[in-house]
Amino acid sequence: MLGARAALSALGLTVLLAVGVSGAPAQQAADDSEKEIERYRAMINDPMANPGYLNVDRGEVLWKTARGANNVSLEKCDLGMGPGKLEGAYAKLPRYFKDADRVMDLEQRLLWCMENIQKLDTKDVLARRFGGPGRTSDMEDLVAFIANKSNGMKIDPQLAHAKEQEMLAVGEAMFFRRSSISDFSCATCHGEDGKRIRLQGLPNLSKPGKVAQETMGSWPTYRVSQSQSRTMQHRLWDCYRQMRMPAPEYASDGLTALTVYLTSQAAGGEINVPSIKR
Amino acid sequence: MFRKLTLACAALAIAVVAHAQPAPKQATAVDPAVIEAYIKGTWKKVPDGWQARVEQDETQRVCSQYRNNPPLTEFEKILAREKATVVFPGDGNVMGDWKKGEKIAQDGRGGQFSDPPNMVNGGNCYACHQMAKEELSFGTLGPSLAEYGKIRKFSVEEAKSVYAKIFNPQSVQPCSNMPRFGFHRFLSEQQIKDLTAYLMSPDSPVNK
Repeated sequence: MLGARAALSALGLTVLLAVGVSGAPAQQAADDSEKEIERYRAMINDPMANPGYLNVDRGEVLWKTARGANNVSLEKCDLGMGPGKLEGAYAKLPRYFKDADRVMDLEQRLLWCMENIQKLDTKDVLARRFGGPGRTSDMEDLVAFIANKSNGMKIDPQLAHAKEQEMLAVGEAMFFRRSSISDFSCATCHGEDGKRIRLQGLPNLSKPGKVAQETMGSWPTYRVSQSQSRTMQHRLWDCYRQMRMPAPEYASDGLTALTVYLTSQAAGGEINVPSIKR
Repeated sequence: MFRKLTLACAALAIAVVAHAQPAPKQATAVDPAVIEAYIKGTWKKVPDGWQARVEQDETQRVCSQYRNNPPLTEFEKILAREKATVVFPGDGNVMGDWKKGEKIAQDGRGGQFSDPPNMVNGGNCYACHQMAKEELSFGTLGPSLAEYGKIRKFSVEEAKSVYAKIFNPQSVQPCSNMPRFGFHRFLSEQQIKDLTAYLMSPDSPVNK
């Protein structure tokens, strides 16, 4: 089964690479490759073929495993819908949590639950925050499992609390904040419709609507080029790498602020995760 | 003098175009100090020599504040400030080797936290611009530069203007999206000369 999955992934990549070197004019090539990517996505967009569902399965085990000094599972963790209630929780994150008096995204909240409910030393979890060859990530597994429990639901930004409002305003300001040796902000690449880097299409995330909905509704995702399931934390980390910024702190409030802004642009978008992307 | 006047006119024309766009959604009322506190928390462990990348210079700050659409007074301040940073080659020759320029235009490496330190940076021009016709994998964030030199009759003045634009695009167009390659020392004088030749040499594939 695993072998079949790997073969399927390799086949998909070959298709993508082949399309990249076609002799048609560039826009045609870009359109064709976008179509092929769509076809590839459709082909593997079922739970039996998307390797991201391995993360979902591992995440479920992790959620139910007793760990930490308290030797309890995460099943008492409240992600905003009540202790242990997972259905629809991801669709309303990030949100304000009274017990922590903070706005948190899913990853910040999971770390909080590990530290406060399980009394787990999260040093090892943080060291493995991003999976790699021969190294799985508890966070990527848990996010895949929990976000998947919001499939078919609509992104429902929580903005009633003053701290949620502050996060939204800061996230918006950060989206347009230019810095570093390339003078880039998020808006440099994601501020206009229909732009691309080389042949890679860029979603315009500076306005609410369909593009933002489709983007945010498809994270976490299985990245074929990285052979890993990735979360929005990783996506933003990778964006700042390309912007020539230093690495942003994992699970920092700035990244959550940006996520609040992005989810507010994506309000009403349908969640279907883990998706699969290039 | 005449050249200065032309540039000023061009700058004004750009300003007018910029102001013809619909007004952007006004920046939210959050205190800049609050934003900077979040920035500090997000980049609290920064490698030696990288802190300046987190903090904004005046031009970055003003362009961010006005979302690249500054009022005329700010526009003129940026123009004057950025123009003063442009350093032309000592001998006045801005044309390098277009073949080397092509390699620099294709090369997107350098400057990322995942890159080895002290590597030679690429210009990554094709990420955003169309240039040589046979290169189909080009981005569209910047305008097409196909036949750039040919359209400008390979003029020496235009070559100097290209050098200045690559060195510091905001010396010509305040709040341009393009990186200030020379100002940030991301590209060397020789690399900028080679790129200028790539755009302005009659032999370059850009002009074929």
